[in-house]
Amino acid sequence: MADGNIISVQGLCNSFGDQIIHKDLDLDVRQGEILGVVGGSGTGKSVLMRSIIGLQEPTSGDIHVFGEEMIGKEEDEATDVRRRWGVLFQGGALFSTLTVAENVQVPLREFYPDFSPDLLEEIARYKIHLSGLPAEAAHKYPSELSGGMRKRAGLARALAMDPELLFLDEPTAGLDPIGAANFDNLTRNLKETLGLTVFLITHDLDTLYAICDRVAVLADHKVIAIGPIEHLLATDHPWIKEYFSGPRGRAARRGHAKRVDK
Amino acid sequence: MADAADFIQETLPDGSEIVRFSGNLAIASIGDLDARLHDLPDSVAQIDLDNVTHIDTVGAWLVYRTAKKHGAAIVNADKDAARLIEAVSGVDDSAPVAPVHVSPLNRFLGEVGMGVVVAFTTLLHFLGFVGQVVKASAILMLNPGRFRWHSVVQHFDMVGVRALGIIGLMSFLIGIVIAQQGAVQLRQFGAEVFTINLIGRLTFRELGILMTAIMVAGRSGSAFAAQIGTMKITEEIDAMRTIGVVPAEALVVPRVIATVVMMPLLGIYASMMSIIGGGLLCWIILEIPPETFIIRLREVTPMTDFWIGMIKAPVFGAIIAMAGCFQGMQVEGNSEQVGLKTTAAVVQAIFLVIVLDAFFAVFFSEIGWD
Repeated sequence: MADGNIISVQGLCNSFGDQIIHKDLDLDVRQGEILGVVGGSGTGKSVLMRSIIGLQEPTSGDIHVFGEEMIGKEEDEATDVRRRWGVLFQGGALFSTLTVAENVQVPLREFYPDFSPDLLEEIARYKIHLSGLPAEAAHKYPSELSGGMRKRAGLARALAMDPELLFLDEPTAGLDPIGAANFDNLTRNLKETLGLTVFLITHDLDTLYAICDRVAVLADHKVIAIGPIEHLLATDHPWIKEYFSGPRGRAARRGHAKRVDK
Repeated sequence: MADAADFIQETLPDGSEIVRFSGNLAIASIGDLDARLHDLPDSVAQIDLDNVTHIDTVGAWLVYRTAKKHGAAIVNADKDAARLIEAVSGVDDSAPVAPVHVSPLNRFLGEVGMGVVVAFTTLLHFLGFVGQVVKASAILMLNPGRFRWHSVVQHFDMVGVRALGIIGLMSFLIGIVIAQQGAVQLRQFGAEVFTINLIGRLTFRELGILMTAIMVAGRSGSAFAAQIGTMKITEEIDAMRTIGVVPAEALVVPRVIATVVMMPLLGIYASMMSIIGGGLLCWIILEIPPETFIIRLREVTPMTDFWIGMIKAPVFGAIIAMAGCFQGMQVEGNSEQVGLKTTAAVVQAIFLVIVLDAFFAVFFSEIGWD
């Protein structure tokens, strides 16, 4: 970690049968940044995230998280690393039979069984507050929440262990523009307040402009470009051009420029 | 991260108390700090964070909570600590995280009340559901073109053909057990030959159909509930409705028809297997040759026994399929519901089958089919 990289992926190869997803993919995530990961459907953004967090064994390659080798580790060997990150899955992946507060307490109970029930409740309460949910949401079940609230509840659970690294898989997908913008602000604020490093998969161009420090573009089985958006705009890869200079890309850029002017 | 979180209490020259935190105030190293902080005296006026090496939100929460409880001031907080304490300080303490506690008596009464309400509403919904299915069947009869033959045949396979192995084996073994137990008891009167009466009448009239119904409820009733329940959760049923497909027509009627048709066939098959099992045992243990067994069986088993079985089987089939589909349709919300409703489907189906079987037994005796 001396080089300031929280995640370091080298030569990653993933394939399902004959279908190659990643080939010699390299990616570094620096300490304290929000890295946006974009790419067309089927370019393996989620597979990349699943490989890093150990839900999927890559065909070959090296993955280091917090400087520790992740490949080939058994579930129980990786728990020390696991408690240092939080993951927000696309649908929230809340445990549907537990309330939001109980969901937040699950990782705490797992790693710190000695904590008193009162303290667990207090922690759950302020995590729920941090994730921007109203206090009443604490004892609701996931099925009673709207899509946006479910994402926030998932975020509260991801933050339960005070992680240093946060994985977000399409956090703004399916949210209305206001909800998405709020979620962007929340991510940015949490990153600044808690000093998080964020690995963010998204399709949302507004999110990229609003909060990402750097953006990695996945195409042709690898990361074809990585850097701040201005830097990406200068490259002439056809997919990147189409992505950022298409009608939606231009609209997002204009919107961003307006916000910056204000 | 080796330095555990700790604090010491000191009395300042002006008589007020100060709490000095030190070490790594983070979730992994707070240890018993929470309990110890609860025991602080009320006179704490200041909280000093000068010696804190690292702080996370759990540490910030403990500091904030302690400060708030004692009305103490937080001093020497560095930038990180101040930011985190600020972030956790907006929590509304008044809203309880845990649901409100109710007394055991109230809870008991509440549960009994809920149970009664649920029982009646379930009954009402079930009747409504049966009505829907009847209506859908009537509509399908008027518009045979909309009938889903494909689905029915598929369910013939699932409910009937694929159940042959397990139902055959079960019935065969039950036949052996009846014959064996009958032989042992009847031998005491020297009436072993009546074992054949026992096998013939019991299997056709009662056990063949009943055991088949229980097996079909366990195999297919549960599958119906789980399939339809999962489709409800994934909004497939809503999608069907918006497209204009009536779920009762597309999902329920084919399953009900398949089960109604398959139950009598499985029932005959199960009775046959029981008789083969029983006959085999009679041949081996009682040395009654198969020819004699069959002749005797035809003498003692009236045709009405067979008809009783054939009348009951489709009714049981309809109940099992309807209970399964009904419970599947009742699934709302989360995945736990699918399991609960699947269990309910099997329990309800078997219960109703046995209750109806008792009615049938009395009814057929009364009309003289004994």
